[in-house]
Amino acid sequence: MADFVITAQAQEKAGNLLINSLIKAGVRTALLIDSAGNVLANCGHEQQHIDIDAISLAALAAASLAATTQIAKLIGEDDFSLLFHKGKHGNIHFGRIGQELILITIFGDDVSLGLVRCRVSELAESIAEIFEG
Amino acid sequence: MALIDLSKKEVHCKIVYYGPGRCGKTTNLLYIYQAMDESDRGKMLTIDTKGDRTLFFDLLPLNLGKISGFDIRIQLYTVPGQVMYEATRKLVLKGVDGLVYVADPLLVRRERNIEGLEDLRRNLEAHNLKLEEMPIVLQYNKRDLVDTPVPTLTIEELEADLNSELKTKYFEAVATTGVGVFETLKEITKRTVRYVAEKHLLTKM
Ligand SMILES: Nc1nc2c(ncn2[C@@H]2O[C@H](COP(=O)(O)OP(=O)(O)O)[C@@H](O)[C@H]2O)c(=O)[nH]1
Ligand SMILES: [Mg+2]
Repeated sequence: MADFVITAQAQEKAGNLLINSLIKAGVRTALLIDSAGNVLANCGHEQQHIDIDAISLAALAAASLAATTQIAKLIGEDDFSLLFHKGKHGNIHFGRIGQELILITIFGDDVSLGLVRCRVSELAESIAEIFEG
Repeated sequence: MALIDLSKKEVHCKIVYYGPGRCGKTTNLLYIYQAMDESDRGKMLTIDTKGDRTLFFDLLPLNLGKISGFDIRIQLYTVPGQVMYEATRKLVLKGVDGLVYVADPLLVRRERNIEGLEDLRRNLEAHNLKLEEMPIVLQYNKRDLVDTPVPTLTIEELEADLNSELKTKYFEAVATTGVGVFETLKEITKRTVRYVAEKHLLTKM
């Protein structure tokens, strides 16, 4: 696994994509991380977004997704296609972007899971291009 | 795998404390957490089972000041040492940049120390990494037990068991009181940052 070198330009590009496609659609927080648990981009609505501990979230999400993939393999699947947890006040969705990146979105019941999944898969290619070239 | 953020001028590295169960990995992180200024460290995250055994990992993020204009952010991880958690240890090693191997001095743990190092070598290979090529230091912990009636290993025995091939620096430590803890951290950080910087020729940027 290669190291990630991110430039100001890449970061701005990715940030703009996340904001335009997800945050403007009502998603509270969009967090782009790598599979080692590093945070590459963190965008969100000013008021709703303040208290998230992005470093812990990234570490746990990376580990949990790696564990989920292993669980899939144990039952003869490549991976699970829907990675989503539903809560009382918020929901969280994990989307894989290429081999090494994960896009985490946190959203309320005012945003549909279908929309989020659709937007994340639309974004996957352009984000992978920015970071993986 | 390090993350180098050229826009914020930050380098993020992942350092993993590895070693058999109960050798004192979590205790190292706890001591560092308690001793460091709040502004230089993030929250310590631990995922425990019911007892005090680490189930998944511990994580402690640190800011260690600047090197050649880059802010150095280190994430310290521990792994669960118990043999049955091998799958978890493999996950935590993903993207590792530097390693501390913590050994237990109890005579009865001699085999466990050796097996743990072999387990580390094997799990690194699963990520296409070679133990010999990684920044690594050894920590011989619980040296306070040497003065008690409990049978312990000497430094010479530990060196012969664990360091005859690696030939890396070792530190004697008492993690519970902090002896050797920061010395270990400082050395592995220095080596890890140098390793990452040399790979990316950061000094030239
Ligand atoms: N006497 C002594 N006990 C220690 C030392 N470091 C850790 N311990 C104890 O060893 C036990 C296991 O430590 P822990 O950090 O949880 O081990 P881990 O499984 O490697 O994370 C705990 O009861 C610690 O208090 C040390 O330097 N000296
Ligand atoms: Mg532990």
